[in-house]
Amino acid sequence: MDAVDVSKSRDLDKLLLRHGNLVDPGFSPGPDLRDDIREYVKILVVGAGGLGCELLKDLALSGFRNLDVIDMDRIEVTNLNRQFLFRLEDVGKPKAEVAAKRVMERVSGVEIVPHFSRIEDKEIEFYNDFNIIALGLDSIEARKYINGVACGFLEYNDDDTPKSQTIKPMVDGGTEGFKGHARVIMPGVTPCFECTIWLFPPQVKFPLCTLAETPRNAAHCIEYAHLIKWDEVHKGKSFDPDVPEHMQWVYDEAIRRAELFGIPGVTYSLTQGVVKNIIPAIASTNAIISSACALETLKIVSGCSKTLTNYLAYNGGEGLYTKVTDFPRVNDCLVCGPGILIELDTSVTLSKFIEMLEEHPKLLLSKASVIHGNGNLYMQAPPVLEEMLRGNLSKPLYDLMGRVQKDTIHVSGTSLLNEQKQSFSTKLRVLFKGADGVADMDTAIGA
Amino acid sequence: MIGLFKVKEKQREQAQNATRGGASVKKQSAGELRLHKDISELNLPSSCTISFPNGKDDLMNFEVSIKPDDGYYQNGTFVFTFQVSPVYPHEAPKVKCKTKVYHPNIDLEGNVCLNILREDWKPVLNINTVIYGLFHLFTEPNSEDPLNHDAAAVLRDNPKLFETNVRRAMTGGYVGQTFFPRCI
Repeated sequence: MDAVDVSKSRDLDKLLLRHGNLVDPGFSPGPDLRDDIREYVKILVVGAGGLGCELLKDLALSGFRNLDVIDMDRIEVTNLNRQFLFRLEDVGKPKAEVAAKRVMERVSGVEIVPHFSRIEDKEIEFYNDFNIIALGLDSIEARKYINGVACGFLEYNDDDTPKSQTIKPMVDGGTEGFKGHARVIMPGVTPCFECTIWLFPPQVKFPLCTLAETPRNAAHCIEYAHLIKWDEVHKGKSFDPDVPEHMQWVYDEAIRRAELFGIPGVTYSLTQGVVKNIIPAIASTNAIISSACALETLKIVSGCSKTLTNYLAYNGGEGLYTKVTDFPRVNDCLVCGPGILIELDTSVTLSKFIEMLEEHPKLLLSKASVIHGNGNLYMQAPPVLEEMLRGNLSKPLYDLMGRVQKDTIHVSGTSLLNEQKQSFSTKLRVLFKGADGVADMDTAIGA
Repeated sequence: MIGLFKVKEKQREQAQNATRGGASVKKQSAGELRLHKDISELNLPSSCTISFPNGKDDLMNFEVSIKPDDGYYQNGTFVFTFQVSPVYPHEAPKVKCKTKVYHPNIDLEGNVCLNILREDWKPVLNINTVIYGLFHLFTEPNSEDPLNHDAAAVLRDNPKLFETNVRRAMTGGYVGQTFFPRCI
């Protein structure tokens, strides 16, 4: 049994049982490390598509035993060329469930819990159960969501350094055709998604009047059918790209439009591509990017090598080009930044708090609007909202924030920092003096 | 980080029900925070008003009504719905005109042809710029970017007739085969 075990993890053992020159300072090689990785590390794989299938397989084969996978989609025929865990008879079944089952069948000892669910439908605490979150996603929206959740766990020390036990590392892969990226996000240490949101190019959008009046190519005809003609014919019924009849209707209309203007090139697959914004996926790009992500995960956990700092770009389009860039953090990032620490008495009202911001040397913020996870607390404008929120001004901030000892809050307004009037928005870490952190329902505090 | 993970796992086993110091309520997304700032800094002309049908905590969906004080559309009231996506300001808000209007750049389904809503959107733009852009469409309707082909042709070829058509539409009536409800 022992001999089999050793041979199965032979390659891994070379990394985990021996010292090296490029290792992380905290690296302590040995069989205990290998066993601890199996026992203690819990990883969430977000997405069970092209990248997710590869990631699950790679992580399982890298010695991780406790994996969860979450995906809201069902398997489609067009997935089968690259999402290699799925078979023809799986079409229509949830991706997460089939992927988990297939990897468990092939890799002994691994336990994979599938979640057939939207990421937004899970409780925030669900995500806190994992040591690392590995992302195999295809949308900015989903990435931003997970990034917000992971950065939400981050807490800072009084000297603005991140508390290491609250860092929730993320490893993110992304591919588009022959291009891809892999990156390591240590909230509070390396840039988060919001710090580098400009890395994602804006979507190309055609002017509506071009679509309506002067279509010049096949995509224009498809977008005309999708954005203009659909609404005209289907009063009030919204278009669903996942309903084949809807897609067929758009395709038929686009063909008609193309014939009218003598434009070639409208096909059903182009219609899907334009409407769903699909870029052809290349199996090998997914494999390369996922393997980089799995390796980074292993490095973060074990310290067997320094981790990628912090963004790897890969381009296999013409020849092969790859480069690692050390992007800087945005120090006042609203999502991962430390914000400014403010200590308050539990009796401070919202209006007093807003006054204090004006005098705070790091803020000099006048006309502040305030928002907290519990809701919109105060806005200076427009009058309709100001009126709705005015009642909050006389309430203690402690109550408005749900009577917790500390939490973050966001404020925006006009700042006079650097002797210049400027529109300013920042995160604050509010700490209440004398609060024990337990909400006490019996104690009423008068406003 | 394995050492940290081990410590955490042991802590979790020991204190399953311990109360956390920090709150773990859902936090606003970066898009919502940016929108909160945009809206709190709105500086609208008196001819524009904004309303929030879902109340003070849903800023992502709102309505703006514009009452031009000049030009062809003077004294009409035109309501636009705004739908802001969680990836705002990476993506422009989705804007539709709820009021049926005879206008070269707005079609009968409420689609609006305004460059900054589509091809020329930039994250540095904001809700204020979009509202001013919409306002501008009423003071300067433009026959070169037509969405309503017929209205554009009339504006280009016969501005007097265009003016009459706009009046007829705004007071409630037919222009050609199309009925426009009163909005004045």
